[in-house]
Amino acid sequence: MNRDYSDSTRTKIAEILKRYPNKEAALLPVLQLTRREFGSIGEEEEKRVAVLIGISPLRVREAVTFYSMLNRKPLGKYHIQICSNLSCSLMGAENLIAFLSEKLGIQPGETTPDRKFTLSTVECLGACEQAPCMMINDDYFGYLDPKKIDEILSRLS
Amino acid sequence: MKKVDEKILTRDFGVENSHTLDVYRKQGGYEALSKALKKLKPEDILSEVKAAHLRGRGGAGFPAGMKWDFIPKDSEKPRYLCVNADEGEPGTFKDRYIMSHAPHLLIEGILLTCYCVGIKTAFIYIRGEYENVARRLESALEEAREAGLCGKAILGSDFECDMIVHRGAGAYICGEETALLESLEGKRGNPRLKPPFPAAVGLFQCPTVINNVETLSNIPSIVLQGGKWFSSRGIQEDGGTRIFGVSGFVAKPGIYELPVGTPLKDIIFTHAGGMLEGKTLKAVIPGGMSAPVLKADEIDVTMDCHCMLEADSMLGSSAVIVIDQDTSMLDVLRIMIKFYSHESCGQCTPCRIGTSWIYKIVQRMCRGKGRREEIDEISRLASNILGKTLCPMGDAAAMPILSIVAKFRGELEETIVERSQKAKIQ
Repeated sequence: MNRDYSDSTRTKIAEILKRYPNKEAALLPVLQLTRREFGSIGEEEEKRVAVLIGISPLRVREAVTFYSMLNRKPLGKYHIQICSNLSCSLMGAENLIAFLSEKLGIQPGETTPDRKFTLSTVECLGACEQAPCMMINDDYFGYLDPKKIDEILSRLS
Repeated sequence: MKKVDEKILTRDFGVENSHTLDVYRKQGGYEALSKALKKLKPEDILSEVKAAHLRGRGGAGFPAGMKWDFIPKDSEKPRYLCVNADEGEPGTFKDRYIMSHAPHLLIEGILLTCYCVGIKTAFIYIRGEYENVARRLESALEEAREAGLCGKAILGSDFECDMIVHRGAGAYICGEETALLESLEGKRGNPRLKPPFPAAVGLFQCPTVINNVETLSNIPSIVLQGGKWFSSRGIQEDGGTRIFGVSGFVAKPGIYELPVGTPLKDIIFTHAGGMLEGKTLKAVIPGGMSAPVLKADEIDVTMDCHCMLEADSMLGSSAVIVIDQDTSMLDVLRIMIKFYSHESCGQCTPCRIGTSWIYKIVQRMCRGKGRREEIDEISRLASNILGKTLCPMGDAAAMPILSIVAKFRGELEETIVERSQKAKIQ
């Protein structure tokens, strides 16, 4: 099925394309809007963006596969990204990853069957003073322990 | 006499709504811009920044004034400023604080830099994970535009400048300046061969200045109070304060703005409250994860570029990670090398192959399937990355690994043996 951009995204894309000295530079912002609109960037979205920017679909694929936030497969409603880097690991992140894995019944990189949660590990989020920390969609949560994670997840519907 | 508690960047972080234009102006914000546009020529600002001995806060510590001076004076091409807000060096979180609490300080610093160097367009390249911070920056920019502080005819002068917040999409390497340029141009973040340097051939092939968020946020106070004043806050040839981000096993992890040259021991044991209860210090990574590790008996150093080099480490992004006695250095090594092998862009063979190869060996050691002699293999692989890549990430991966192997070899060997015995029992 062909999915198309909403009117508000179309307007945003038009604004972005005007903002940069050349269209190609708008590739990442346009891909980010595309991901927000469709949830992932598959082959169809790559082609759509290629036409908008005026580059080959291959060039779009090159960019998409380089950046970890441009997911090619759909994610769950809530994308949990827990930091597995040094400061967070010192503060017990590895136990929390195991805890989340068991609680959700999935391994990092997987999505729950009801498509509510995707669990990922992520490199340093830049919030090491709150270690261990994670992000859910755009929001940061820090000073985590199993009890706090339980509370945070129970608030998500 | 130096006042230790003097804050240049974080002074108003505690003030309610410090991120808004109203509050920023009440605290004296945009006075430097007004002074510059009324009384100062671009070259006056350049000489103050040089006199300030302001060194880059991103990692390399290059003098900012000298960097600006590299921009060719005779080029007809437009010039650009790229603000490096891709804060990704593990352990580093200072720029997030600046952009969240004082976005206008950064914006004013950008405007002054653009006025000094003759730039009309700046790009703020912010890491994608900082979406909420990027939104705050964008609303601050909107406030500045409405108040005539950004855009055309700024404060009624003939100076015009605008800026664009550009989000990264999850790639550590894009914090490297030439990878950042590639990424901004819509490509994979593969670092470029230098020379040519970005000052001559940068963004869209045009002369480009690239500075870190904290570096630029210092410019308003340099313009307002003078380069000499700023320089005297730090040490010789390395002026001002730095925001030290402390994490790991300390009682009070967080940011601490202190003069350049503050003893590392003071940062850990006075400002950050010392070790967490019941914990003993084993090692410190003093400048973000890429900085070679210091053992507990090596931390009698001051936090400035020169002293850290003398100590065979680096000040980097001034992110201090504190490691305790109960932490296995083999695990530290595993977490480090996992990161570098994940983030290597893949362009240079020594970095691409070397990091993933070391990761495989260390993973095996952690599972109890390693051999002591393989530590030599790790050293050999890391030494073959050092100095053999296009960008500094190769060194950034090799240096901390080599330092752990050199300084904790005995412990690594013991752990390898212990874990393999444990694996046999199971």
